[in-house]
Amino acid sequence: MLDRRQVLERLFLGGATGGMLASLSGCASTGSASRAQVVVVGGGFGGATVSKYIRLLSDHSIDVMMIEPNAQFVSCPMSNLVIGGQRQIADITNPYTGLSSKHGVRIVQDRVSSVDPAKRTVALAGGGTVAYDKLVISPGIDMMWDSVQGLQEANAAGQILHAWKAGADTLALRRQLESMRDGGTYAIVIPEAPYRCPPGPYERASVVAAYFKRAKPKSKVLILDGNPDVTSKGPLFKKAWSELYPGMVEYRAQHKAVAVDARTNTVKFDVQDDVRADVLNVLPSMRAGELAVQTGLANANARWCHVNFLNFESTVQKNIHVIGDAIQVAAGMPKSGHMANSHAKVTAAAIVAELKGLEINPHPMLTNVCMSFVDDAHVIHVASVHEYVPTQKTFRTIGGSGGVSDVRSDLEGRYAQAWARNIWADALM
Amino acid sequence: MDTRTGAERRTSCATARSLAALLLLAGLASAAQAQSGETQRLRSRALAATCATCHGTDGRAVEGEALIRLAGMPADYTLTQLLAFRTGQRPATIMHQITKGYSQEQLEEVAKYFAAQK
Repeated sequence: MLDRRQVLERLFLGGATGGMLASLSGCASTGSASRAQVVVVGGGFGGATVSKYIRLLSDHSIDVMMIEPNAQFVSCPMSNLVIGGQRQIADITNPYTGLSSKHGVRIVQDRVSSVDPAKRTVALAGGGTVAYDKLVISPGIDMMWDSVQGLQEANAAGQILHAWKAGADTLALRRQLESMRDGGTYAIVIPEAPYRCPPGPYERASVVAAYFKRAKPKSKVLILDGNPDVTSKGPLFKKAWSELYPGMVEYRAQHKAVAVDARTNTVKFDVQDDVRADVLNVLPSMRAGELAVQTGLANANARWCHVNFLNFESTVQKNIHVIGDAIQVAAGMPKSGHMANSHAKVTAAAIVAELKGLEINPHPMLTNVCMSFVDDAHVIHVASVHEYVPTQKTFRTIGGSGGVSDVRSDLEGRYAQAWARNIWADALM
Repeated sequence: MDTRTGAERRTSCATARSLAALLLLAGLASAAQAQSGETQRLRSRALAATCATCHGTDGRAVEGEALIRLAGMPADYTLTQLLAFRTGQRPATIMHQITKGYSQEQLEEVAKYFAAQK
């Protein structure tokens, strides 16, 4: 709905009629009304994409400031290939400069220390506050360290890593694998779903196996899964492990980690026997990024953020939108970079509509594609298409759509490379 | 000095008021029209953006990679291919699964949108 001010603005923009109406009605001009300001916290797949698309979809009429502590974007998708030695970290790193130079997004390299929803301001760790009309928080995930006793200390010491946020830890895990003796064991420990990137741990196990097969053929890959079965593309992964790495990859379901012992590099489970490994890669349970939790937005089991799926506005606070891995997902909606990109576009369109006084799209759509390498070149995918269902107020996957690869293929390997280059460009360039 | 009679002045004021009312109505009608045009444009862009993740912002894919550029592709050609994916007539790794999530009207809309991009 248009309010009176917006009607008048629209008429002014329309030309003479509006001017005459204004003089007859004695209304003062509102043509110089200040521009709306959107503040985006986080420059990952969600935050970078929503920043760019608010600028694009508003024809640059809405100001966007993006606050992100990192100087560059290091992609989680494709980071397993750095761990497996198939790519360099430079291959998965992109600058943020395109967002400012090409799209006019103001980038502030800082961390947000707190949000004041009543005053509509965010405080920067480096000092100062920033006012917003709309705030988009795309905080990603943070680790629930208490879920695995001893892990936080072992992680801080650089010994038992998760490497589930791409960057320095990605390289550190790579170095651990490089220095492991041939005949050693790499074990990856997977938390119960939901966690960031459902097929990610299985891809990582696969590309580490590809590295061992090439460089350390007597070594083993052990997958210790907190879930009852492989959570994504199970039959395709299992086929790849048995055909490509016979005797090297072992999958064990129902292994819920509860503690690690850094002294012996051992992981303990709630039921199963302890497991010792030469390189231990433990993913704890995850929750919405700290800022969302501390702002009181994580109202789903104190872990994830419920949102209104029409515009991804928090169900707790007006004018604060949450996107990406941090949200309480709808059925069949993975926590993935591609899905965060989809959230970002629905959110950008809804924010632009609202700030321009247009009706929000009552039928938004989302897509998701997750591509996983099973060796240096072959890829398998899972895809889905989601539509908003007004009667249920949530997204549902569309019947008959989506699915997984028939077989692993090098053609999909080339598509995965192209997917990465395109989604990075769609977010950043 | 205004030499008009009171009646004349009243008529003139009434005319001005009627004119203002007419202009207001016309203004509101054109504002409503502009709004519906703008709303539609925003929705088409957002729908086409669901393709951009793999095929580039506004269909301008990263050059030299395996996923094709959609920007500037004739709408008829794009639509024919999308429908062929959907029926399975054209083999695919993934596009048969994606296109089944879109209605014929939505596929027409994105085909038209990308045709209009340079």
